Amino acid sequence: MIISGNVHKYGDNVDTDVIIPARHCVSVIEEELAAHCLEDLDKDFVNKVQPGDIIVAGANFGCGSSRENAPLAIKGAKVGCVVAKYFARIFYRNSINIGLPIMECPEAVDAIDAGDNVEIDIQAGTITNKTKNQTFTAAPFPEKMQEIINAGGMVSYVRNRIGKN
Amino acid sequence: MGMTLTEKILANRAGLEHVSPGDLIVAKIDIAMATDISSPLTIKVFEEMGGEKVFDTRKVPLVHDHLVPAKDIKSAEFSKIMRNFAREQEIEYYYEVGRSGISHQLLPEQGLIHPGDVVLGADSHSTTYGALGCFASGVGSTDMAAAWILGETWLRVPESIKIRFTGTLPEWVAGKDMMLMVCRDLGLEGGTYRALEFGGPTIENMPMYDRFVFANMTIECGGKNGVVIADEKTREYLRERATKPEEEWMFFEPDEDARYCRELNYDVSDLQPMIAKPHLPGNVIPVAEADPVHVDQVYIGSCTNGRIEDLRIAAEVLKGRKVHSKTRMVVVPATETIYHQMLKEGLAEIFHEAGASIGPPTCGACFGAHMGVMAKDEVGVFTTNRNFVGRNGHTESDVYLVSPAVAAATAVRGVISDPRDVVG
Repeated sequence: MIISGNVHKYGDNVDTDVIIPARHCVSVIEEELAAHCLEDLDKDFVNKVQPGDIIVAGANFGCGSSRENAPLAIKGAKVGCVVAKYFARIFYRNSINIGLPIMECPEAVDAIDAGDNVEIDIQAGTITNKTKNQTFTAAPFPEKMQEIINAGGMVSYVRNRIGKN
Repeated sequence: MGMTLTEKILANRAGLEHVSPGDLIVAKIDIAMATDISSPLTIKVFEEMGGEKVFDTRKVPLVHDHLVPAKDIKSAEFSKIMRNFAREQEIEYYYEVGRSGISHQLLPEQGLIHPGDVVLGADSHSTTYGALGCFASGVGSTDMAAAWILGETWLRVPESIKIRFTGTLPEWVAGKDMMLMVCRDLGLEGGTYRALEFGGPTIENMPMYDRFVFANMTIECGGKNGVVIADEKTREYLRERATKPEEEWMFFEPDEDARYCRELNYDVSDLQPMIAKPHLPGNVIPVAEADPVHVDQVYIGSCTNGRIEDLRIAAEVLKGRKVHSKTRMVVVPATETIYHQMLKEGLAEIFHEAGASIGPPTCGACFGAHMGVMAKDEVGVFTTNRNFVGRNGHTESDVYLVSPAVAAATAVRGVISDPRDVVG
């Protein structure tokens, strides 16, 4: 899968409280959550984000609460991929489980600026900054994560396990 | 090579002789808890996965804690999803409003957590249970739904950080101050993907209630789980409440030649009351060095504090004193049992006479939902665990994290205060 879009760039420690504030967590609907995505960090985000756009952020993205509403809100906002130096553990697992593409690549984060046009090849793990003509390779997924990604997310993975597919 | 405490617990529940950091294992689950705010999504995914019955109705506690008592129509409707599911599934440990409390204090209090267990909770502070010598970690709703169906979970065995405390704590200094110091040193990410193993003579001599703070705030350093070595005090605590027979409790100890990726050693003999400044739990300095800013609201409660012992300490500071005229104070006992005990001991009277408001057990303002949310430009001093931007209310409010003693002293003076200056 190839994802192509413009970059919205943020710093380190983007926590789940700013990704989706608790006051909006009484919903399990992606679109409802998406309407408040990153509201407490960047009020304009929901107005400027276009389908396929890419969030690029520093270290420890998604730290704090375990709320799965956070990656769901980003997915619902039609963000194509989140690239970070690295992710907080629970957010990382949640994203893979729900099928939100994420990549860890500190070099890419340092080199990419807000507004750059970036193309990502999920299978190959490559991040190409078309604005600056640079290509980076993201860290590969751990074996178990790749197994879940290959199954099409955790729902399919469990359905396979219990013979429901 | 020897194993750390976390490695031993995980090896046992994965049916393996030995595990090492980085190993991918599948562990049997003893408890898979969800709350009113995380269960609706879990239930939706459970159904999408084709789930029909949870793997064991005794191992899936469901707790009303975040949105209780229902704060508006939307949260009332949301809570109903878990209520209906609990009835359909005939969940054994279902905790309804009035018989509930904050899950991370309620489950240990009700005897659902035992040494050696593998516990998952759909809430990041589920690390708290590790204070009883078990592996406990927070997960999202999809992992929880899978756990409810399969009764097992996959885990990557984490590297461990050994944290050892020696020395006797000075008066008015508590486990919270010790843990804030660890948050300062590890930062928000120093424990990411790692287990934090807490031990040493200070913790061995510490009452059970104060040990929970270490495991609770492990997630504030990014930790996967926090664990305190279980001992005779753990056994004593469990004898009054455990739901599993004593012969099934598994007391593990780390091997002497266990390998740690990092070690932190502290002598706490001269430790002072500490405070985390806005907007990070690791932004910690001694209270004595904090600017004496005016405080609009003091909040005592949450899964971190709000135990009966915490309320006793706060009452000791407040007894015969008043909350400052330009400050308001909210006290939230963590469970109904604690609430009841607070009434019996006369603590509620002390709080009321001081001019504090007492709320029902709830996660409430700790996650910015209700019962004490902050307005723009306000300053709060909370005994909670996180002070991220907007966490407790308006994005332009400032929240400081402290122990119950510091919170109560601050309420009296109306500015950030060291309890020793108030009680002294």
